[in-house]
Amino acid sequence: MVERIGVYVCHCGTNIARTVDCKNVADYARSLPNVVVARDYQYACSDPGQEMIKNDIRELGLTRVVVASCSPLMHEPTFRRAVADAGLNPFLFQMANIREQCSWITEDREMATERAKASVAAAVMRVTFHESLEIKKVPVNPDVLVVGGGITGIEGALQIADSGKKVYLVEKEPSIGGFMARFDKTFPTLDCAACILTPKMVSVGQHPNIELLTYSDVVNFSGYVGNFTAQIRKRPRYVDEEKCTGCGQCEQKCPLSVPSEFECGLGKRKAIYRPFPQAVPGTPVIDREHCLYFTKGACKVCVKFCPRGAIDFEQKEKLIDVQVGSTIVATGFDIFDASRVKEYGYGRLPNVITSLEFERLTHASGPTAGKILLKNGQAPESVAIIHCVGSRDHNYNEYCSRVCCMYSLKTAHLVREKTDARVYEFYIDMRAFGKGYEEFYKRLLEEDVIFVRGRVAEVTDVAQSPSEKGKLVVVAEDTLLGIVRRVPVDLVILSVGLEPRKDIVEVARTFSISRSKDGFFLEKHPKLAPVSTAADGIFIAGACQGPKDIPDSVAQGAAAAANVLSLIDRKEVELEPTIAIIDGESCSGCRICPGLCPYHAINFDEERKVAVVTAALCKGCGVCVAACPSGAIEQQNFTNRQLLAEVEAICA
Amino acid sequence: MISLFEERAERRAHALSDVFLHAVYGIPGGEKIKECIQCGTCSASCPTSYAMDYTPREIIAALRAGLLERVLKSNTVWLCASCYSCTVRCPSGIKVTDIMYELKRLAIEFGLTPKEVKAPVVSRLFVDIVDKYGRISETELVAKFMLKTNPLSTLKMIPRASKLFLRGRLPLIPHRIRGTRELRECAATIVSGLHPGRTAREEK
Amino acid sequence: MQARAEFSYYPGCSVEGMNKAYDKSTRLVCKALDIDLAELGDWNCCGATSYMSIDELRAHLLSARNLALAEKEKKDLVVVCPACLTTLTKTNRYMAENSRLRRTIGSALKAANLQYWGSVKVRHLLEVIVNEVGEHEIKARIKRSLSGLKVAPYYGCQLTRPFGGIDDKEFPMMLDRLLTWLGVQPVNFPLKAKCCGGMLMMTNEEVALGLTRNLLECAKQNGAECIATICPLCHMNLEAYQGNVNKLFGTDFSVPILYFTQLTGVAFGFSRKALGINEELIPSQALLEKHLEVLR
Repeated sequence: MVERIGVYVCHCGTNIARTVDCKNVADYARSLPNVVVARDYQYACSDPGQEMIKNDIRELGLTRVVVASCSPLMHEPTFRRAVADAGLNPFLFQMANIREQCSWITEDREMATERAKASVAAAVMRVTFHESLEIKKVPVNPDVLVVGGGITGIEGALQIADSGKKVYLVEKEPSIGGFMARFDKTFPTLDCAACILTPKMVSVGQHPNIELLTYSDVVNFSGYVGNFTAQIRKRPRYVDEEKCTGCGQCEQKCPLSVPSEFECGLGKRKAIYRPFPQAVPGTPVIDREHCLYFTKGACKVCVKFCPRGAIDFEQKEKLIDVQVGSTIVATGFDIFDASRVKEYGYGRLPNVITSLEFERLTHASGPTAGKILLKNGQAPESVAIIHCVGSRDHNYNEYCSRVCCMYSLKTAHLVREKTDARVYEFYIDMRAFGKGYEEFYKRLLEEDVIFVRGRVAEVTDVAQSPSEKGKLVVVAEDTLLGIVRRVPVDLVILSVGLEPRKDIVEVARTFSISRSKDGFFLEKHPKLAPVSTAADGIFIAGACQGPKDIPDSVAQGAAAAANVLSLIDRKEVELEPTIAIIDGESCSGCRICPGLCPYHAINFDEERKVAVVTAALCKGCGVCVAACPSGAIEQQNFTNRQLLAEVEAICA
Repeated sequence: MISLFEERAERRAHALSDVFLHAVYGIPGGEKIKECIQCGTCSASCPTSYAMDYTPREIIAALRAGLLERVLKSNTVWLCASCYSCTVRCPSGIKVTDIMYELKRLAIEFGLTPKEVKAPVVSRLFVDIVDKYGRISETELVAKFMLKTNPLSTLKMIPRASKLFLRGRLPLIPHRIRGTRELRECAATIVSGLHPGRTAREEK
Repeated sequence: MQARAEFSYYPGCSVEGMNKAYDKSTRLVCKALDIDLAELGDWNCCGATSYMSIDELRAHLLSARNLALAEKEKKDLVVVCPACLTTLTKTNRYMAENSRLRRTIGSALKAANLQYWGSVKVRHLLEVIVNEVGEHEIKARIKRSLSGLKVAPYYGCQLTRPFGGIDDKEFPMMLDRLLTWLGVQPVNFPLKAKCCGGMLMMTNEEVALGLTRNLLECAKQNGAECIATICPLCHMNLEAYQGNVNKLFGTDFSVPILYFTQLTGVAFGFSRKALGINEELIPSQALLEKHLEVLR
């Protein structure tokens, strides 16, 4: 059957027409084989433009359509829809890019027009060999996996659970709450972090639609949008969650104390412990590495005192498989290791602490019951807060960590509130970008905090004058005055930046999420799709995508939830049919392709000794097509015949 | 209304500023100076900045602003001891020490150092001696420097000099290497016109 | 006995001139450690900081000639002066990274029938001894104990800066470790990598004396009885100008300054004269003898 091809050359206003002679191209197109109509038009993507194409299909009985305009990334879906509307299979359509790849790369009209003609010819020859393809639809499993139980994961989980869907919330630590559970007050409102967080934590713990899996991690994750399988490893707490009432007797009676991770090592916890009093779940965990029973076979005091007999030393790790339709990865961040900046003395000089350690000092349930004290137990008379530790620095992390200016201000406020100390803040810039943030900065100026604009070069204990003896001397240039100042203080607080978590590489691999140059998870589009990833159905939210504060983390958690709910409500998802197909007859069973597929979409059928593509997982990247030495793999809509026709047209 | 005289002087000053700025861009890594965020780490790391008229950070700002007077008439570049503390700590990765070297070279080339600054004298003598012998004769360097800048202070040097001499630490006969001529020949391929060492950069 | 390692040796002008003791002790210690040092033939001055202040390209040329000569010997280059280390390494690195510089210097070298392919590694003797020889071999050669001697390990600026890769840039520990292996006690010395003033002692004496004074003060305050150095210029400032420090600031320092090779040599049993310690300006004899104990 002879095809009837319609060609439409778009002016795109002056974007294309300024450089390409569109009328000329349309005239040329008319001369190509099988072209029954060729038009040029101002804006092909507009409603009238689309109507024109649809009318031609109906009235001229077109069997193929070519539009020469912008990049397919812009309007391929638009034109495919229009073509489908007119009753033609949307894959019997081809776009030629004469804008990004033609009119926008040169000022030479002649060259551009020639090039446009070549592109159109290629598209016309190619489209002749297109075949109708059907879009496959797969159902979406309404269950959701949320990885990470910090404020972001909590927000996402609650939004989804409240809408009636089932959520599996997986958290690595014994309790949900994340970093926010460790903060004292939050900027700019000075809300107590625990006061606003714990009600949400309790909601999660009690929600009928949320299955909370703490002290757990995701070890395997596979599948495709709407149909994922996750394998979750639940580590043994050695306490029966069903029997435990959270009375706390075991914790009280346990004879062994070790440094508490929650307290940044500044305080202690028992070998059987809850990380903090409001932990959800309230079931304690036994630290196998230190517990006297596990290390020496002794003690067992907890067993003795537990009124419900909930201690179970025989408890084993459990592997749980769940089926979900989508997932939100909200695994959070880690703080920069301040000991890397040797000149600041962290780890070498006493009374140089990080901002997180400060949070624990000032926290009412922290190791000093909320009193800000030096290592020798005395209150500081002067405190220095140093901005940008590990951030904005090509020696460490080049990016700005976004939250440190604000939390430095909060830190300064807390010191001023609780002590009479003089507070110096050494900054390069003051980034107070959010709602109420600039006002918060003004407030701190009024609270008599001394701001010095200068990046601290070093913190030293070598005194150059009597007033520096026994003090920590902060050396920085006061750039507004042009004088290098040596400021003796008692306590130095380092405002450390945020970094990707130490295990982000493994998590990225598990969920097939790419990472950006700074190491955080890569979003689909930084402005228009900040919580989506390249993989449909897998969403990211919170600080794992980039440093951010609580308001933005919550917003992203809710945004990811909205994306998930939208996906679920669609009930089914469409899968692009431009996938790879393996011809079993030609496959020689060499097994090169399964290992190459970045989406694990190819399996080797041991019985038939051929490779098989799982259509739903295939993203049509073409790697296997190129690699197959037998030429047994072809990609729909990118067949050899089609591609060769394009090349021949261009070379003609 | 500024006079034609002043206008011309201003234009010349601008042109000279441009030359300086582009000379700095021309050294390896020199373009990084554009990324200076004026944080002051260099000044605060510098062991001699307390004695400088303008701190290293101010010099970089002045250079970029075209305020050459500050850059050259100040004592800043001559107080640089090449300790490289600024360079290793600069968050923008600017090779501050190397920039100081370039500013020293430019100051000498354009004859813009104040007379009281003695450092260029040492450097010039150093170069002459190395060109002559291929190695430095510390005795000759110190002696000539003292005589040139402050003949009376040579007397102050005598106690230390004699102590060193008595311990055999004051070599009086300089070692001359064989390769002085070939070094001259190699150098000849680089030197061109008023700007020694400018050739490679101009090609850029 | 087969040499443990072979190097071309670049003494540097300072060590040839006023600081020959450093050269003497270096050669003795390297022989004892089976490190073969062959002095680079007809080496020229590296240019240090002064030449670079006058002419960038000709300064690089000076280094490049040395590197080209060393490359012919097919051995890595060992230096004992950090300024030589920095100048030679700078040329080495910049030529590798910057094609214009490489071409300019390359064609300049051709006038002397030389060429440089970039294969020479320049290393400081301290790093070579600590990394190539190591604790066990050092301890095996100790004939005299100096235990109880408190030494401030002074690195100065240019061993660890700017190029790094040798030790921590702010608080290096290489010399501390060597001193521990020798049986002496390195004291805590927070200013261990701070500037002594370098060439400024000639041009801005007061400023340099202030910096030198800080070092002496800090060493003393931390209980040091002497200071170990790895740089002839630092040695000069700390030792030869100690009197000037005292004069300007009214202090009364009398701190012996010893090269790390001299301390090593003493532990290995070499005589004061052989190590050039007798050339010192501040007497160390009484101090060393106080702690000296012959082991074998």
